[in-house]
Amino acid sequence: MALPKLAVWKFASCDGCQLSLLDLEDELLAIAGSIHIANFVEASREVVPGPYQLSLVEGSITTPHDAERIQHVREESEFLITIGACATAGGIQSLRNWKDTKEFTSIVYATPAFIDTLETSTPISDHVAVDFELRGCPISKHQLLETVNAFLHKRRPNIPNYSVCVECKARFTTCVMVAQGIPCLGPVTQAGCGALCPAYNRGCYGCFGPMESPNMESIIHQWRELGVSEPELIRALRTYNGYAPDWRAASDELEDSLP
Amino acid sequence: MSKRTIDVSYLARVEGEGSLNVKLDGDLITDLEFGIFEPPRFFEAFLRGRHLTEAPDITARICGICPVAYQTSSVNAMEDALGVEVTPGIDALRRLLYCGEWIESHGLHVFLLHAPDFLGYESAIHMAKDYPAEVELGLRLKKVGNDIATLVGGREIHPVNVRVGGFYRAPTARELRGMLPDLEWGLAAAEQTVELVAGFEFPALEREYTFVSLSHPDEYPMAKGRIVSNTGLDLAVSEYNNYFEERHVERSNALHSVLKDGGDYHVGPMARFNLNFEQLTPRAKAAAEAIGLTPPVTNPFRSIAVRSIELVFAYEEAIRIVEGYEPPPEPSVELPPRAATGHGASEAPRGLLYHRYELDAAGLITNAQIVPPTSQNQLTIEADLVDLIEANLDLSDEDLTWRCEQAIRNYDPCISCATHFLDLRLDRG
Repeated sequence: MALPKLAVWKFASCDGCQLSLLDLEDELLAIAGSIHIANFVEASREVVPGPYQLSLVEGSITTPHDAERIQHVREESEFLITIGACATAGGIQSLRNWKDTKEFTSIVYATPAFIDTLETSTPISDHVAVDFELRGCPISKHQLLETVNAFLHKRRPNIPNYSVCVECKARFTTCVMVAQGIPCLGPVTQAGCGALCPAYNRGCYGCFGPMESPNMESIIHQWRELGVSEPELIRALRTYNGYAPDWRAASDELEDSLP
Repeated sequence: MSKRTIDVSYLARVEGEGSLNVKLDGDLITDLEFGIFEPPRFFEAFLRGRHLTEAPDITARICGICPVAYQTSSVNAMEDALGVEVTPGIDALRRLLYCGEWIESHGLHVFLLHAPDFLGYESAIHMAKDYPAEVELGLRLKKVGNDIATLVGGREIHPVNVRVGGFYRAPTARELRGMLPDLEWGLAAAEQTVELVAGFEFPALEREYTFVSLSHPDEYPMAKGRIVSNTGLDLAVSEYNNYFEERHVERSNALHSVLKDGGDYHVGPMARFNLNFEQLTPRAKAAAEAIGLTPPVTNPFRSIAVRSIELVFAYEEAIRIVEGYEPPPEPSVELPPRAATGHGASEAPRGLLYHRYELDAAGLITNAQIVPPTSQNQLTIEADLVDLIEANLDLSDEDLTWRCEQAIRNYDPCISCATHFLDLRLDRG
């Protein structure tokens, strides 16, 4: 029986999430034995034509060309999974959504007329139907492995949607916000990283984006109590997942109430 | 005369999106374009208005393959601006983390991205069918690099432990020494890699390059040093803009860097090796001499051998650091804010990475400039291709195209980095 075909696609991104597939050093050859890596340009010259049973999509949509290309990717893909904060929430590129992109272009490029870009950076789900989303900046390679495995066995991936706090408790990390007064986004951030930052004595900075139904009012109150200024709060919410709806709404509200 | 086209619309086995388009009229190249179609990414603009402490995390997101390089150049620049110096223990940990990234990135490139060209495979996965032991060696060798980055940095991609002034948490000596058996294995595996790669057939191409890299009196360049060249440049990092400039051309979403007094230059492993051979660690130097690889190396296809030597170096250096490690008294130093401009550079796996920031009195970034290695190498890559194509016109379109791709991969171009950056088309219809 022919193996299902896998394609890996890149839009505006740093390549880190697709690199996670190559970072599965112990499992890579086994994966290649279970699924036909048919179109993965970062790893192979060979491009086997679609349709593909599974597509992994990295990056956000930031150019008119990419807005068209994602439509073709969808047409060729039976099952489409976004990998990482850019594809899932617009990523760090979505910082442009609060700014004037023409001005940005002139800051970076001497001859802005050569640059063809959209005013916004948007997640894949704004353009096409997405079957599953993997969070993270970068994704967890273990979650990637679990997701590909689940696909191969036709079951739902076991990806928790609780907060980073649960992971801190599970690894016996003392709460950095309660014990040391370090501002931490853990209570409103989805788990997945393994609660890395608190284990390294810093507050969570939100790589995995908002958890389901985050209590934004409470976290904002807590950060204010710790002496965090309003501009600092806005910046903390606007990084790699700033355009995810719950955090976007919270940072917009904070900005609107600035004097 | 017949017209030919070499056209690679989406270059494989590089990080990011690039292309090559070459038009030939008989033996004459009428057009050669190493293009970058990766979407523009506006990091310098995003950094404006951000606090100086945010730069290592934000700039890491420029590149998933070499985030440590971005973090290191940015912390160097910020510490320069604030006039602070880190303690020797912090300095050693930075170098160890950087060894992890060099090992991971060079391991990836040598085994998964470049070796398949020399052995005639589409990918390492295809190669693994005939060379399973070699591919498995490469994967494990690369993995140890990721393990170093994970232990020191928290994770291999976008490490969380790096901050301006040092680290959030210094690992214990016991944690680091636990890595020694893997590092000793890796050092032997890297020496094996050098022998393996030395047996490859290197296409003929010799070029005269201006090599540019960092250089430091005490060590092979990595996280600090002055900028030097084989043409007599010797400057402080803060003088970078006096000697180099970025130009914006239509075919590319990356900026091209040139020497102000004219011409292209070459950064990366070959530049470092040729300019700093005497600083290599003993086993790295011995491995190079054993395969007859000594400066000047001017055939860019031999870059894979140089990268393998740097793998030996990085493992040897990591062992030295781990064996001598005492945790620093404090994981980071104090940062007294002041309005200032700071410059920072480090040697990314692909070459010199320069950052410059202007800060206001509150510590907010008012201006940022980032010059990645691939945009510095872009003109050199095109110049290599011109010579390569002219010398290989007898090859079939298919073979010539593949040879051109292999030549581009000599530089391990990171296109994601350079867009602030590529589509291969060879047109000889």
